[in-house]
Amino acid sequence: MTDWTRKTAAELADALAAGETTSVELTQACLDRIAAVDGAVHAFLHVDAEGALTQARESDARRAAGSPASPLDGVPIAVKDVLATSGLPTTCGSRILEGWIPPYDATVVARLKAAGLPILGKTNMDEFAMGSSTEHSAYGATHNPWDLDRIPGGSGGGSAAAVAAFEAPLALGTDTGGSIRQPGALTGTVGVKPTYGGVSRYGLVALANSLDQVGPVTRTVLDSALLHEIIGGHDPMDSTSIDQPLPSLVAAARRGASGDLTGVRIGVVKELGGEGYRAGVLARFHESVDLLVAAGAEVVEVSCPNFVHALAAYYLILPAEASSNLAKFDAMRYGLRVLPEGIDNPSAEDVMRATRDAGFGDEVKRRIILGTYALSSGYYDAYYGQAQKVRTLISRDFEAAFEKADVLVSPTAPTTAFRLGEKVDDPIAMYLNDLATIPANLAGVPGISVPSGLADEDGLPAGFQILAPALADDRVYRVGAALEAILREKWGGHLLDQAPELASDDLVETTTGASR
Amino acid sequence: MPEITRDEVAHLADLARIDLDDAELDRLAPQLAVILESVASISGVAGDDIPPTSHAIPLTNVFREDVNTPCLTAEQALSGAPAQEQQRFSVPRILGDEQ
Repeated sequence: MTDWTRKTAAELADALAAGETTSVELTQACLDRIAAVDGAVHAFLHVDAEGALTQARESDARRAAGSPASPLDGVPIAVKDVLATSGLPTTCGSRILEGWIPPYDATVVARLKAAGLPILGKTNMDEFAMGSSTEHSAYGATHNPWDLDRIPGGSGGGSAAAVAAFEAPLALGTDTGGSIRQPGALTGTVGVKPTYGGVSRYGLVALANSLDQVGPVTRTVLDSALLHEIIGGHDPMDSTSIDQPLPSLVAAARRGASGDLTGVRIGVVKELGGEGYRAGVLARFHESVDLLVAAGAEVVEVSCPNFVHALAAYYLILPAEASSNLAKFDAMRYGLRVLPEGIDNPSAEDVMRATRDAGFGDEVKRRIILGTYALSSGYYDAYYGQAQKVRTLISRDFEAAFEKADVLVSPTAPTTAFRLGEKVDDPIAMYLNDLATIPANLAGVPGISVPSGLADEDGLPAGFQILAPALADDRVYRVGAALEAILREKWGGHLLDQAPELASDDLVETTTGASR
Repeated sequence: MPEITRDEVAHLADLARIDLDDAELDRLAPQLAVILESVASISGVAGDDIPPTSHAIPLTNVFREDVNTPCLTAEQALSGAPAQEQQRFSVPRILGDEQ
């Protein structure tokens, strides 16, 4: 019997088209896998078995009638809990939204439904996407399938772990400073942050509006391209949505998979490497660069001197935007309402204060207070204003670098997955995880993380980041697919084939992957 | 750049409408001081001649077609409300005794 959970989305789409399986069978296989391993991994906050199977039956009916809605019609998917899903809980990993069921769909969710992808459930995340480990979820941490004592990265650790643990072939994530790419690196999976404005943000509960972007979380580059083409493109409901067609992403991934990069100029960013980066991560990075050269690419070193200020600029701009966004959680129209103790007939403001104290976790409080400070009169110019200017300098660094190179590359994250609890009370140590991913958000450019292998120190996955100019998302797919193809040849399979088997909670037959 | 004191954190939390108790202030205030210290390096990096960037891909005058589209029903809009009355959000009193 075929273990469908081990197949890529592209393979599943082919099997569905060839009539070798049904969407109901694939969806049930994912649900069985979730039942077997998610007790240990905790990638999901909510599983919608009934809804997913209903959508799968509808998909099978479309196939039978000869009219599939998209190439991925019938391939199941998991959705990060920061995206509004009509009829399904959407908590953003926060107590303040516990039990909230949105009355509408995010545009990307509506597009998944229109394309026929059954939605398996909602994935865990750091509260309001604030974090790099998924430990700041109010509903408990997600565990890295490579080592259950370690973090899966964040904020989208749930989506990355779901894909890495073969609970879903596809997932949606969001990336504000690296929340798709960094978990991808730490779990040996693929994650893409599209060009800012390339994918609609309507129905995404905003963390920082000028930085947030929805994107694919998958096991292969081609699968990301297939999903990106479904969710991407102009949306009149998002005023920052780019009103022009996406480049051809699937074609770029297929072209890249040939492994030929003749004529492609690759820029190694001097500032994203060296101090603060683990030796094992750097070793895999340099090895990957050498492989790209062997594939015909030309390598140049580029300098982006203002990138050293990116982290500081980010931790002023993000809290400033977040503190404004989260003002809407006022206990009046939706979400939690907590009455203060010891106050008779409390005012709306008393209720608001008590609710926000009870509903928000420490990291959210830290960032709201930091943002309130950065926007205070007297400090505004020194902090927020200065950070916005640094943002200009970082964009200029990118412009100059892209004159010398078609894509820029770096390690995705400075380290591999660390242990649960190791950095949870040390905000600065946590923030440093996003050192290499943040510049792309500040400048709005697209980026991908592709597995580069296992670090020698600990045998855990490391990621290779590829960045391209705004609107040239096809380049990250081409170069990413080339690296993936070359490395798979070297490894004799996907990196995830080397991950340890997860012990099943109750179902033996779904865990072994014996049919691979 | 100025340091952030415990009193200042309490004041900011008040502005942000979050009740922080003493234990939270003890824990969060020093952490915020460390974070601020680490972002202080940004001071003076960019000169007066550098324009600020608010959005990386700037768009202006973005309009949708001016056509009626379906919106939420009152029932849907109220579906997440902590309390409701007569098809309206029911909220605690908004004025103080002295007002």
